[in-house]
Amino acid sequence: MGAVTHPRQVQGGVGIPLPLPVAPGQPADEAAARRSLRDQIARLERELADAFVTAYPMGGLPQPAPAAAPPRLLGLGELEQVRDDLAERLAAARITIRRRADEQAEKRRALELMLLRPAEHKFERIACRELGEPGCGVWQVRPRLGLIGMLMGWWQVKLSSGCPLPGGQGPARGRPVARCTRRRPCVPC
Amino acid sequence: MSTEAAFAPRAGFIAPEIAAEFPGLRLVWAAGRARGGASPAGVRRRLRGLSDRYRGSGVVSMRVKPVPHAFRAFYRQIGLDPDVQRIPSEEAAVARLLHGEFRSAGLTSDACLVALLETGVPVWALDAAAVDPAGLGIRVATAADAAAPSGCPAPEGSLIVADRARAHAVLFDEPAAGSAASRAAGPVTLFAVGVAGVPDIHLEEALWLAADLLSRG
Repeated sequence: MGAVTHPRQVQGGVGIPLPLPVAPGQPADEAAARRSLRDQIARLERELADAFVTAYPMGGLPQPAPAAAPPRLLGLGELEQVRDDLAERLAAARITIRRRADEQAEKRRALELMLLRPAEHKFERIACRELGEPGCGVWQVRPRLGLIGMLMGWWQVKLSSGCPLPGGQGPARGRPVARCTRRRPCVPC
Repeated sequence: MSTEAAFAPRAGFIAPEIAAEFPGLRLVWAAGRARGGASPAGVRRRLRGLSDRYRGSGVVSMRVKPVPHAFRAFYRQIGLDPDVQRIPSEEAAVARLLHGEFRSAGLTSDACLVALLETGVPVWALDAAAVDPAGLGIRVATAADAAAPSGCPAPEGSLIVADRARAHAVLFDEPAAGSAASRAAGPVTLFAVGVAGVPDIHLEEALWLAADLLSRG
Protein backbone atom coordinates (compact mmCIF):
# COMPACT_ATOMS: atom_id res chain seq x y z
CA MET A 1 0.00 0.00 0.00
CA GLY A 2 2.19 3.00 -0.13
CA ALA A 3 5.31 1.37 1.19
CA VAL A 4 8.43 1.03 -0.88
CA THR A 5 10.96 -1.66 -0.20
CA HIS A 6 14.65 -1.11 -0.43
CA PRO A 7 16.74 -4.18 -1.23
CA ARG A 8 19.68 -3.04 0.86
CA GLN A 9 17.63 -2.50 3.97
CA VAL A 10 17.63 -5.72 5.95
CA GLN A 11 16.33 -6.63 9.37
CA GLY A 12 18.81 -8.26 11.69
CA GLY A 13 20.92 -9.42 8.77
CA VAL A 14 18.26 -11.95 7.69
CA GLY A 15 17.63 -10.19 4.42
CA ILE A 16 13.99 -9.25 5.03
CA PRO A 17 13.21 -6.04 3.14
CA LEU A 18 11.76 -3.33 5.34
CA PRO A 19 9.25 -0.78 4.10
CA LEU A 20 10.70 2.71 3.96
CA PRO A 21 8.45 5.38 5.44
CA VAL A 22 6.24 7.30 3.06
CA ALA A 23 4.67 10.61 4.04
CA PRO A 24 0.93 10.33 4.60
CA GLY A 25 -1.10 11.03 1.50
CA GLN A 26 1.90 10.76 -0.79
CA PRO A 27 2.12 8.27 -3.66
CA ALA A 28 4.94 5.76 -3.36
CA ASP A 29 6.50 6.80 -6.67
CA GLU A 30 6.69 10.43 -5.62
CA ALA A 31 8.18 9.52 -2.26
CA ALA A 32 10.83 7.44 -4.00
CA ALA A 33 11.54 10.28 -6.41
CA ARG A 34 11.93 12.74 -3.55
CA ARG A 35 14.23 10.36 -1.71
CA SER A 36 16.34 9.97 -4.83
CA LEU A 37 16.49 13.75 -5.29
CA ARG A 38 17.57 14.26 -1.69
CA ASP A 39 20.36 11.72 -2.18
CA GLN A 40 21.46 13.49 -5.34
CA ILE A 41 21.43 16.84 -3.52
CA ALA A 42 23.60 15.42 -0.72
CA ARG A 43 26.08 14.00 -3.25
CA LEU A 44 26.22 17.25 -5.23
CA GLU A 45 26.74 19.20 -2.00
CA ARG A 46 29.70 16.95 -1.17
CA GLU A 47 31.22 17.48 -4.64
CA LEU A 48 30.61 21.23 -4.46
CA ALA A 49 32.32 21.35 -1.06
CA ASP A 50 35.32 19.51 -2.53
CA ALA A 51 35.39 21.97 -5.42
CA PHE A 52 35.22 24.89 -2.99
CA VAL A 53 38.21 23.59 -1.03
CA THR A 54 40.15 22.99 -4.26
CA ALA A 55 39.33 26.42 -5.65
CA TYR A 56 40.01 28.37 -2.47
CA PRO A 57 43.80 28.73 -2.93
CA MET A 58 43.15 29.68 -6.56
CA GLY A 59 41.01 32.65 -5.61
CA GLY A 60 37.80 30.97 -4.52
CA LEU A 61 34.41 30.54 -6.14
CA PRO A 62 31.76 33.21 -6.62
CA GLN A 63 29.25 33.33 -3.79
CA PRO A 64 25.56 32.89 -4.52
CA ALA A 65 23.23 35.85 -4.24
CA PRO A 66 21.64 36.12 -0.78
CA ALA A 67 18.10 34.82 -0.68
CA ALA A 68 16.00 34.56 2.45
CA ALA A 69 13.68 31.59 2.73
CA PRO A 70 12.47 29.73 5.79
CA PRO A 71 13.28 26.03 6.18
CA ARG A 72 10.42 23.97 4.80
CA LEU A 73 9.44 20.67 3.22
CA LEU A 74 10.22 21.05 -0.44
CA GLY A 75 7.93 19.75 -3.16
CA LEU A 76 9.17 17.57 -5.97
CA GLY A 77 9.60 20.54 -8.29
CA GLU A 78 11.51 22.52 -5.68
CA LEU A 79 13.83 19.60 -4.98
CA GLU A 80 14.51 19.31 -8.70
CA GLN A 81 15.22 23.02 -8.81
CA VAL A 82 17.71 22.72 -5.92
CA ARG A 83 19.36 19.72 -7.60
CA ASP A 84 19.63 21.54 -10.95
CA ASP A 85 21.01 24.71 -9.33
CA LEU A 86 23.63 22.67 -7.50
CA ALA A 87 24.58 20.81 -10.68
CA GLU A 88 24.97 24.13 -12.50
CA ARG A 89 27.09 25.60 -9.72
CA LEU A 90 29.24 22.49 -9.64
CA ALA A 91 29.76 22.61 -13.40
CA ALA A 92 30.66 26.31 -13.22
CA ALA A 93 33.04 25.61 -10.32
CA ARG A 94 34.80 22.88 -12.27
CA ILE A 95 35.18 25.17 -15.29
CA THR A 96 36.65 27.88 -13.04
CA ILE A 97 39.08 25.41 -11.45
CA ARG A 98 40.15 24.05 -14.84
CA ARG A 99 40.66 27.56 -16.27
CA ARG A 100 42.72 28.67 -13.28
CA ALA A 101 44.75 25.46 -13.32
CA ASP A 102 45.52 26.08 -17.00
CA GLU A 103 46.55 29.66 -16.21
CA GLN A 104 48.85 28.43 -13.45
CA ALA A 105 50.39 25.81 -15.71
CA GLU A 106 51.01 28.51 -18.31
CA LYS A 107 52.71 30.71 -15.72
CA ARG A 108 54.86 27.83 -14.53
CA ARG A 109 56.01 27.23 -18.10
CA ALA A 110 56.79 30.94 -18.42
CA LEU A 111 58.80 30.79 -15.19
CA GLU A 112 60.82 27.84 -16.48
CA LEU A 113 61.64 29.81 -19.64
CA MET A 114 62.62 32.80 -17.51
CA LEU A 115 64.95 30.60 -15.50
CA LEU A 116 66.44 29.01 -18.63
CA ARG A 117 67.06 32.24 -20.58
CA PRO A 118 66.71 35.29 -18.37
CA ALA A 119 68.10 37.64 -21.00
CA GLU A 120 65.14 36.91 -23.27
CA HIS A 121 62.65 37.89 -20.58
CA LYS A 122 64.03 41.16 -19.25
CA PHE A 123 62.10 42.65 -16.33
CA GLU A 124 59.32 40.07 -16.56
CA ARG A 125 57.52 39.36 -13.29
CA ILE A 126 55.45 36.41 -12.13
CA ALA A 127 53.80 36.54 -8.71
CA CYS A 128 53.73 33.41 -6.57
CA ARG A 129 49.95 33.73 -6.41
CA GLU A 130 49.81 33.37 -10.20
CA LEU A 131 51.62 30.05 -9.77
CA GLY A 132 49.11 28.90 -7.18
CA GLU A 133 51.67 29.19 -4.39
CA PRO A 134 51.02 30.87 -1.05
CA GLY A 135 52.70 34.12 -0.08
CA CYS A 136 53.21 37.32 -1.96
CA GLY A 137 56.68 36.80 -3.38
CA VAL A 138 57.39 37.70 -6.98
CA TRP A 139 59.76 36.06 -9.44
CA GLN A 140 61.42 38.74 -11.54
CA VAL A 141 64.18 39.01 -14.12
CA ARG A 142 66.61 41.70 -13.01
CA PRO A 143 70.05 42.80 -14.14
CA ARG A 144 72.96 41.64 -12.01
CA LEU A 145 74.76 44.63 -10.46
CA GLY A 146 72.12 47.09 -11.65
CA LEU A 147 73.12 49.37 -14.52
CA ILE A 148 76.38 47.51 -15.18
CA GLY A 149 74.44 44.24 -15.59
CA MET A 150 72.02 45.93 -17.96
CA LEU A 151 74.86 47.16 -20.16
CA MET A 152 76.77 43.88 -20.00
CA GLY A 153 73.72 41.66 -20.50
CA TRP A 154 74.00 39.95 -17.10
CA TRP A 155 70.46 38.96 -16.20
CA GLN A 156 69.19 36.82 -13.37
CA VAL A 157 65.90 35.65 -11.92
CA LYS A 158 65.24 36.67 -8.34
CA LEU A 159 62.45 35.79 -5.97
CA SER A 160 61.45 38.71 -3.80
CA SER A 161 61.03 37.86 -0.16
CA GLY A 162 57.37 38.91 -0.11
CA CYS A 163 55.45 41.43 1.92
CA PRO A 164 56.97 42.86 5.08
CA LEU A 165 54.96 42.28 8.25
CA PRO A 166 52.44 45.11 8.63
CA GLY A 167 53.82 46.24 11.95
CA GLY A 168 57.22 44.61 11.86
CA GLN A 169 57.96 42.10 14.55
CA GLY A 170 56.97 44.59 17.20
CA PRO A 171 59.05 45.98 20.01
CA ALA A 172 60.48 43.28 22.19
CA ARG A 173 61.27 43.78 25.84
CA GLY A 174 64.86 44.84 26.30
CA ARG A 175 65.46 45.18 22.57
CA PRO A 176 65.74 48.53 20.79
CA VAL A 177 63.01 49.26 18.25
CA ALA A 178 64.34 48.63 14.76
CA ARG A 179 63.82 51.51 12.38
CA CYS A 180 63.91 51.46 8.63
CA THR A 181 67.13 53.06 7.48
CA ARG A 182 66.27 53.15 3.82
CA ARG A 183 66.01 56.49 2.11
CA ARG A 184 62.80 55.46 0.39
CA PRO A 185 60.01 53.77 2.35
CA CYS A 186 59.25 50.14 1.57
CA VAL A 187 56.45 49.67 -0.94
CA PRO A 188 54.17 46.84 0.08
CA CYS A 189 53.25 44.60 -2.83
CA MET B 1 22.73 16.92 42.90
CA SER B 2 25.41 16.26 40.33
CA THR B 3 24.93 17.09 36.67
CA GLU B 4 25.11 13.44 35.68
CA ALA B 5 22.33 12.52 38.05
CA ALA B 6 20.10 15.38 36.96
CA PHE B 7 20.86 15.17 33.27
CA ALA B 8 18.18 13.20 31.43
CA PRO B 9 18.01 13.85 27.69
CA ARG B 10 14.71 12.99 26.03
CA ALA B 11 13.81 12.56 22.39
CA GLY B 12 11.47 15.22 21.09
CA PHE B 13 8.60 14.52 18.72
CA ILE B 14 8.97 14.84 14.97
CA ALA B 15 5.76 15.42 13.02
CA PRO B 16 4.93 12.33 10.91
CA GLU B 17 5.14 14.11 7.56
CA ILE B 18 8.61 15.41 8.47
CA ALA B 19 9.80 12.09 9.87
CA ALA B 20 8.71 10.40 6.65
CA GLU B 21 10.79 12.83 4.60
CA PHE B 22 13.78 12.95 6.94
CA PRO B 23 14.12 9.75 8.97
CA GLY B 24 17.44 10.97 10.37
CA LEU B 25 16.09 14.23 11.78
CA ARG B 26 16.10 14.24 15.58
CA LEU B 27 15.55 16.69 18.38
CA VAL B 28 16.83 15.90 21.86
CA TRP B 29 15.97 18.07 24.80
CA ALA B 30 16.80 18.18 28.48
CA ALA B 31 15.84 20.27 31.43
CA GLY B 32 18.61 22.01 33.30
CA ARG B 33 19.36 24.84 35.60
CA ALA B 34 21.54 27.80 34.66
CA ARG B 35 23.69 29.70 37.10
CA GLY B 36 23.24 32.76 34.90
CA GLY B 37 25.26 35.92 34.63
CA ALA B 38 28.66 36.30 33.05
CA SER B 39 30.81 33.29 32.33
CA PRO B 40 33.31 32.33 35.02
CA ALA B 41 37.01 32.37 34.27
CA GLY B 42 37.09 28.65 33.48
CA VAL B 43 34.54 28.94 30.69
CA ARG B 44 36.26 31.99 29.22
CA ARG B 45 39.57 30.14 29.37
CA ARG B 46 37.96 27.23 27.56
CA LEU B 47 36.65 29.56 24.87
CA ARG B 48 40.15 30.97 24.43
CA GLY B 49 41.51 27.44 24.08
CA LEU B 50 38.88 26.67 21.46
CA SER B 51 39.73 29.91 19.64
CA ASP B 52 43.30 28.66 19.24
CA ARG B 53 42.03 25.54 17.45
CA TYR B 54 40.45 27.51 14.62
CA ARG B 55 42.57 28.68 11.69
CA GLY B 56 41.60 29.91 8.26
CA SER B 57 42.61 26.77 6.41
CA GLY B 58 40.70 24.59 8.87
CA VAL B 59 37.56 26.68 8.50
CA VAL B 60 37.75 26.51 4.70
CA SER B 61 37.99 22.72 4.71
CA MET B 62 35.40 22.33 7.46
CA ARG B 63 32.55 21.69 5.04
CA VAL B 64 34.00 18.39 3.83
CA LYS B 65 34.01 16.91 7.34
CA PRO B 66 31.17 14.48 8.12
CA VAL B 67 29.10 16.46 10.63
CA PRO B 68 29.19 19.86 8.86
CA HIS B 69 28.55 18.07 5.56
CA ALA B 70 25.49 16.38 7.04
CA PHE B 71 24.07 19.72 8.15
CA ARG B 72 24.92 21.40 4.84
CA ALA B 73 23.20 18.65 2.85
CA PHE B 74 20.16 18.87 5.13
CA TYR B 75 20.05 22.65 4.69
CA ARG B 76 19.89 22.17 0.95
CA GLN B 77 17.13 19.60 1.32
CA ILE B 78 14.94 22.00 3.30
CA GLY B 79 15.40 24.91 0.95
CA LEU B 80 18.19 26.79 2.71
CA ASP B 81 21.47 27.67 1.03
CA PRO B 82 24.28 27.00 3.52
CA ASP B 83 26.53 29.37 1.59
CA VAL B 84 24.10 32.19 2.38
CA GLN B 85 22.58 31.09 5.69
CA ARG B 86 25.50 29.26 7.28
CA ILE B 87 25.15 26.15 9.38
CA PRO B 88 25.73 26.90 13.09
CA SER B 89 29.25 25.46 13.30
CA GLU B 90 30.40 27.40 10.24
CA GLU B 91 28.70 30.54 11.51
CA ALA B 92 30.64 30.28 14.77
CA ALA B 93 33.89 29.56 12.93
CA VAL B 94 33.49 32.56 10.64
CA ALA B 95 32.70 34.77 13.64
CA ARG B 96 35.90 33.48 15.26
CA LEU B 97 37.93 34.45 12.18
CA LEU B 98 36.30 37.88 11.97
CA HIS B 99 36.69 38.74 15.66
CA GLY B 100 39.93 36.91 16.30
CA GLU B 101 38.36 34.99 19.17
CA PHE B 102 35.15 33.47 20.45
CA ARG B 103 33.59 36.34 22.33
CA SER B 104 31.95 35.57 25.63
CA ALA B 105 28.28 36.60 25.75
CA GLY B 106 27.16 35.27 29.12
CA LEU B 107 27.17 31.79 30.58
CA THR B 108 24.05 30.52 28.79
CA SER B 109 25.26 31.58 25.38
CA ASP B 110 28.83 30.43 26.05
CA ALA B 111 27.72 26.98 27.20
CA CYS B 112 25.77 26.45 23.98
CA LEU B 113 28.74 27.75 21.97
CA VAL B 114 31.21 25.40 23.65
CA ALA B 115 28.87 22.46 23.01
CA LEU B 116 28.60 23.45 19.36
CA LEU B 117 32.35 23.84 18.91
CA GLU B 118 33.18 20.56 20.62
CA THR B 119 30.61 18.43 18.78
CA GLY B 120 29.43 20.34 15.71
CA VAL B 121 25.86 19.96 16.94
CA PRO B 122 23.93 23.17 17.66
CA VAL B 123 22.37 23.59 21.08
CA TRP B 124 19.89 26.25 22.09
CA ALA B 125 18.56 27.22 25.50
CA LEU B 126 14.95 28.14 26.15
CA ASP B 127 13.37 29.61 29.24
CA ALA B 128 11.88 26.55 30.94
CA ALA B 129 8.87 28.57 32.09
CA ALA B 130 7.88 29.12 28.45
CA VAL B 131 8.13 25.44 27.49
CA ASP B 132 5.40 22.87 27.96
CA PRO B 133 6.61 20.16 30.39
CA ALA B 134 5.70 17.48 27.82
CA GLY B 135 8.65 18.63 25.78
CA LEU B 136 9.71 19.93 22.42
CA GLY B 137 9.64 18.70 18.89
CA ILE B 138 9.75 19.71 15.24
CA ARG B 139 6.65 20.32 13.16
CA VAL B 140 5.38 22.43 10.31
CA ALA B 141 4.13 25.88 11.24
CA THR B 142 0.45 26.53 10.69
CA ALA B 143 -1.43 29.74 10.03
CA ALA B 144 -2.21 29.87 13.75
CA ASP B 145 1.51 29.87 14.57
CA ALA B 146 2.14 32.69 12.14
CA ALA B 147 -0.68 34.74 13.66
CA ALA B 148 0.08 33.89 17.30
CA PRO B 149 1.35 36.75 19.45
CA SER B 150 4.14 34.53 20.82
CA GLY B 151 6.77 36.51 19.01
CA CYS B 152 8.09 33.60 16.92
CA PRO B 153 8.35 34.77 13.32
CA ALA B 154 7.38 31.46 11.75
CA PRO B 155 5.76 31.74 8.33
CA GLU B 156 3.14 29.13 7.55
CA GLY B 157 4.71 25.98 6.16
CA SER B 158 8.13 26.54 7.71
CA LEU B 159 9.77 23.98 9.97
CA ILE B 160 9.67 25.05 13.58
CA VAL B 161 10.70 23.91 17.02
CA ALA B 162 7.58 23.88 19.15
CA ASP B 163 5.85 22.26 22.06
CA ARG B 164 2.18 21.36 22.34
CA ALA B 165 1.20 24.94 23.03
CA ARG B 166 3.36 27.24 20.97
CA ALA B 167 6.19 27.72 18.51
CA HIS B 168 9.55 28.66 20.01
CA ALA B 169 11.87 29.03 17.04
CA VAL B 170 12.21 28.54 13.34
CA LEU B 171 14.38 25.46 12.84
CA PHE B 172 18.10 26.36 13.06
CA ASP B 173 17.23 29.95 13.96
CA GLU B 174 17.59 31.71 17.28
CA PRO B 175 14.65 31.24 19.68
CA ALA B 176 11.93 33.86 19.71
CA ALA B 177 12.29 36.65 22.22
CA GLY B 178 9.57 35.29 24.50
CA SER B 179 11.11 31.81 24.59
CA ALA B 180 14.87 32.40 24.73
CA ALA B 181 16.63 31.82 28.03
CA SER B 182 17.70 35.01 29.72
CA ARG B 183 21.10 35.69 31.29
CA ALA B 184 19.60 35.36 34.74
CA ALA B 185 19.85 32.22 36.83
CA GLY B 186 16.95 29.81 36.59
CA PRO B 187 15.60 26.67 34.94
CA VAL B 188 16.25 26.25 31.23
CA THR B 189 15.30 23.76 28.57
CA LEU B 190 18.16 22.81 26.30
CA PHE B 191 17.62 21.24 22.93
CA ALA B 192 19.87 19.98 20.17
CA VAL B 193 18.99 19.08 16.61
CA GLY B 194 20.60 16.24 14.69
CA VAL B 195 20.24 15.20 11.07
CA ALA B 196 21.08 12.06 9.11
CA GLY B 197 24.81 11.47 9.29
CA VAL B 198 25.24 12.91 12.78
CA PRO B 199 25.74 10.17 15.39
CA ASP B 200 23.40 10.12 18.39
CA ILE B 201 26.37 10.31 20.72
CA HIS B 202 27.18 13.77 19.36
CA LEU B 203 23.73 15.03 20.31
CA GLU B 204 23.90 13.66 23.81
CA GLU B 205 27.45 14.92 24.24
CA ALA B 206 26.43 18.39 23.09
CA LEU B 207 23.50 18.54 25.49
CA TRP B 208 25.53 17.15 28.37
CA LEU B 209 28.33 19.65 27.79
CA ALA B 210 25.95 22.58 27.72
CA ALA B 211 24.05 21.37 30.79
CA ASP B 212 27.28 20.75 32.69
CA LEU B 213 28.70 24.19 31.93
CA LEU B 214 25.39 25.88 32.73
CA SER B 215 25.09 24.25 36.11
CA ARG B 216 28.72 24.34 37.22
CA GLY B 217 30.24 27.08 35.11
